[in-house]
This record gives sequence, C-alpha cells and structure tokens, in this order.
Amino acid sequence: MTSAPTATREAAWEAVIGLEVHCELATATKLFCGCPNVFGDEPNTNVCPVCLGLPGSLPVFNRAALELAMRIGLALGAEVRDSVFARKNYFYPDMPKDYQVSQYDRPVNVGGVLKLPDGTSIGVTRAHLEEDTGKSTHVGTSGRIHGADYALIDYNRAGVPLVEIVSEPDIRSADAAKAYINELRAILVAVGASDARMEEGSLRVDANVSVRPGPDAPFGTRAEVKNLNSVRSLGRAIEFEIARQIALLESGGRVIQETRHWDDGGGRTSSMRSKEEAEDYRYFSEPDLVPIAPDASWVTAVAEALPVLPAQRRAALADKVGLAADNQVIVTLVGQDLDALVCAATDAGADPLLAANRAANELATATRAVAVGDFVRLLAMETSGALTATQAKAVLTAMGTSGGDPAAIASDRGFEALPGDALSAAVTSALAAHPGEWERYRKGEAKLGGFFVGKVMAATGGKADGKAVTALLAEHAAR
Amino acid sequence: MSEPVISGADVVRVAALARLALRPDEVDRFTAQLADVLGHAAEVSALDTGDVVAMAHPFDLTGVMRADEPRPGVDRDEVLAQAPAAEHGRFRVPGIGVSGVS
Repeated sequence: MTSAPTATREAAWEAVIGLEVHCELATATKLFCGCPNVFGDEPNTNVCPVCLGLPGSLPVFNRAALELAMRIGLALGAEVRDSVFARKNYFYPDMPKDYQVSQYDRPVNVGGVLKLPDGTSIGVTRAHLEEDTGKSTHVGTSGRIHGADYALIDYNRAGVPLVEIVSEPDIRSADAAKAYINELRAILVAVGASDARMEEGSLRVDANVSVRPGPDAPFGTRAEVKNLNSVRSLGRAIEFEIARQIALLESGGRVIQETRHWDDGGGRTSSMRSKEEAEDYRYFSEPDLVPIAPDASWVTAVAEALPVLPAQRRAALADKVGLAADNQVIVTLVGQDLDALVCAATDAGADPLLAANRAANELATATRAVAVGDFVRLLAMETSGALTATQAKAVLTAMGTSGGDPAAIASDRGFEALPGDALSAAVTSALAAHPGEWERYRKGEAKLGGFFVGKVMAATGGKADGKAVTALLAEHAAR
Repeated sequence: MSEPVISGADVVRVAALARLALRPDEVDRFTAQLADVLGHAAEVSALDTGDVVAMAHPFDLTGVMRADEPRPGVDRDEVLAQAPAAEHGRFRVPGIGVSGVS
C-alpha cells in the first residue's frame, strides 16, 4: 500500500449550523385577540383578558396572521398544510397563562428551501405560527438574570403573532449564516410579512452550532446560542462558538447540549442552562382553538399574489448590468430597492455598469428617491466629461439627500468642466514646480502620478478630471 | 395488569415539571391514584378504534377566524391594581432563577 498524504486534523473540523428565526408578523392586532400589535407603546397598554390569560377568556385566531404565514411558507417553497395549535407548557412570567400557544406536530408550513446569493441551498424544516411572549426587565444589584431581585413584566408583546422559521443544519460557516439571515430578512420584507428589524426584536435569531471532524462524520453535540441582536453579532457568536468547541474537543473535553448566552461586549458565549428535553414542555393540542384549514383556492391566491422575490430581482439586474448575481453591487442594489432605478436608467440609455456602481455607492444611504430622468442626466454628464467622477459622485449624493436637478447642483457647487487649456496649464505648472518628482516619474516611478494628480486637483479646486490629468502626464513624459 | 403503569420516580419527575414539592407519603398516594387513572385509559385504549379517524379537536369545525381589526383592551391601572405588585406600569414578579422558552 502506498502512503497516502496525511490530512491535517486541525483543518478538517467542519461547523454544522442550523438557525431558528422568530419573525414578528406585521398584523394590526395580536394572534388571538384584538389588542394592537405595536412596537414601543407604553407598557401594558395593549392588553386584554385574552393576552393576560384571565380565566374565562377565549382566543380567536387572526386571519391575517395565517395569510402572512402562508406568504412566508410559499416564498420559501414550503408546503402549506392544515395545522393545529398546541400548548407549550412552561413556568415563566413572560406568559401569564403558563403556556405558549404554538404549533408542534402539525405546523402550517412544512419543508422548503432558501437559496443564498452564491447559489447554496439551505433546507427549511418548517415555518410555524406561535404567539410572542411578554417582555421582562430584570431588576437587581447583580444586573444579571440569575439572581435578579425581581422582574417587571410588560405584556404588550404577549400574543403578538410570530412565525418561527427553522432551518435544516445545512449551514457550514458564520458567513453563510449571515447570508441566510440577510436573504431571509429580504424575503420577509418583500412579501410584506414583517419589518424584520433585529434591533427592535421583530426578527430574532438563535443559532444551533456544532462541529465534527469532517463532512462525513456524524453530527456533533450542539449548543444553542441566544441573544444575537444583529447580523454582526450572529457571525461573531458563531465564530466564537466554533472555536470554543474545537478547542474543547482537541483538549479531550466534550461539548454538552445546552443553551449559551452571547455577550456582545465581552465577545463570548456562556452557559445559561442545560437544554430541556422536548417532552419537558408537555405539548398537547390546544383545546380552545380548532384546526386551521385554509382552502386550496386561498393558498393558490396567496401564492399568485407573491411579489418578485429578491433572488429573482438580483438575477434580472445582474443580467442587465453584466455582473454576477452575487456581486456585492447587485446585492446592495436589490437590498436597497435601487434595482428598478438602475434598470430604468439603463433602458433610457445610461451606461449599465456606471449606473449600477454610482447607485450602489452614492444612493445606498439616500434618504429620498431620485427620479429616473435626473439620474440619467447625471450619468450622461459624467459620461460626456462635463463632470469628473468625483464631482458626479458628490452631485448624486446631494440628489439622494436633498434632491434637485443635477445640472443645478453642479452649477451651485461650481462644478463646471475645466476648459482643456486650463487643465493643460495646471499640469504644466505642476511639473515646473516639482522638477525632482517629475524626473523620477519620467524614470519610471509610476506612483508619483498620484502626487501630480493631487497637485493639479489642489490647483484647480478639485475640478480637474483625474483620468485626463493622468493622460496629460503620460503625454508629457513621452515628449 | 402485571406491570406497574407508573413508578414513584415518574411521579417525582412530573411533580418537578409542575413545580410541585411532594412529601414521600404524597408520592406514594399519587402514584397509586395516577395508576388508577392510567389504568382506565388503558381500558379505553383496548377498544378497537381502527375505523375512527384521529381528531385534533372534539368539534367538527375548522378555520374559525376573526378579521385583523383592533379592539379596545382593558385599562392598565385597573389591571395593575389587581396584581400583587406593580412598578412603572409593569407587573412586578419575584426574581427568576432560570429563563423560559424562546
């Protein structure tokens, strides 16, 4: 037997990640009562006997929540099924009933897939309906949940409709997890199901992380990481957890199945409690609610009314602009809803790539919409040389913040094209003023080109076109 | 029936899940009582239900829904006045040892 190359064990570890996403639905009212579903109201002002769990009150299911849940499921390619609510029993004051109404063995959406921009498919196990819990504020000298002296509870959020989207353990890196959340968030917003704001808690992510010694090995024991308040935290927490588990296993330890709390300031996870087994929640079907059975025509109507999804929009834009669908410019444009503007500008004759780059860079943080006509005129001014690239960027940024006609903004800022002879004169005097640098440039020190462009820019108050200056320098050098 | 349908250990575990502290004599008493209850369920299970479709609910009803229209709730002060303790418009509850569900 010939000796095979030895695999490096360290490099062989593979992370296995599954994500559980809780998404608050954009309904007007709660899941089982008519209390308003509003973020940020005064505590306990949107409560009633149903969401306070008072004896004798009965829940009535919100039709709009089912419609939004179906939109999510259908957008993810899931099968919409008849479903049943179940009680998840636990003792914690954030649910006054001592149980949360959720779905267990018969969820509304089963199966599905989410495609990342790079083409990777991540399986979706299920996307079920449940009610959100109230909000607890822990009060005490320690500042930690454990050992808090007491807690204050606001039930405004109790009963707000949620869809919990559970992925298969198909994710293999922190970056892929971040891409999954960004894509899912874009879909949730596109279908109008949720505003999906992680910072406001309308999108919450828990990550199940494990590692194994290679892609063919059985799954390792997982830890569930909570308290991830941004996509950035998600990535950092997963990277920390992967490193922690590998270090633990390589030093002969073992990973225990538990819930871990991400501390964003400290950049680490710490153990919260041992994970309760599923049967500890003692699920049973909710006797106060009858099964949900949307008829086929309703499901079909919801499917047909779905908007064009982000992935399809990226493909269409990429085709138009001539970039790959997972190029960051394309991802940004669709993410910022700028793809329609770029497509319209291209259709009106603008340079597609220039339109895409300018919009992605200068309009990504715009606070107002730029009219197609204005955008096309601005791009034409740059293409024709009437504005330099730097000037065009400044004008476009202004158009996206305070609005206005590009020619007027350019004129207000004194962005008139520098006459050719003035540019030539500025270049000549810059060369004359720095004979030493010019000699070195002529002898091949190309990086001094930037030095002269800077000098000409300073002399012309930034009106010179950098490319034209470089061309003139080359001309002079060739003489 | 020969096999005991429930053991004392099962009862202790179920009691712990329900946050009930049982004395040893109570564990014995409830083990016997729960065995009677489960024994009755076992008798029912012995019936041939092969022709009966499984039901999620005793009513022959599905899809009872309401429109997504806000309705007035209850007055906060009135509700908080009935709670054992309240503070800053919130219900005040004892400190919590472990956290709840997601």
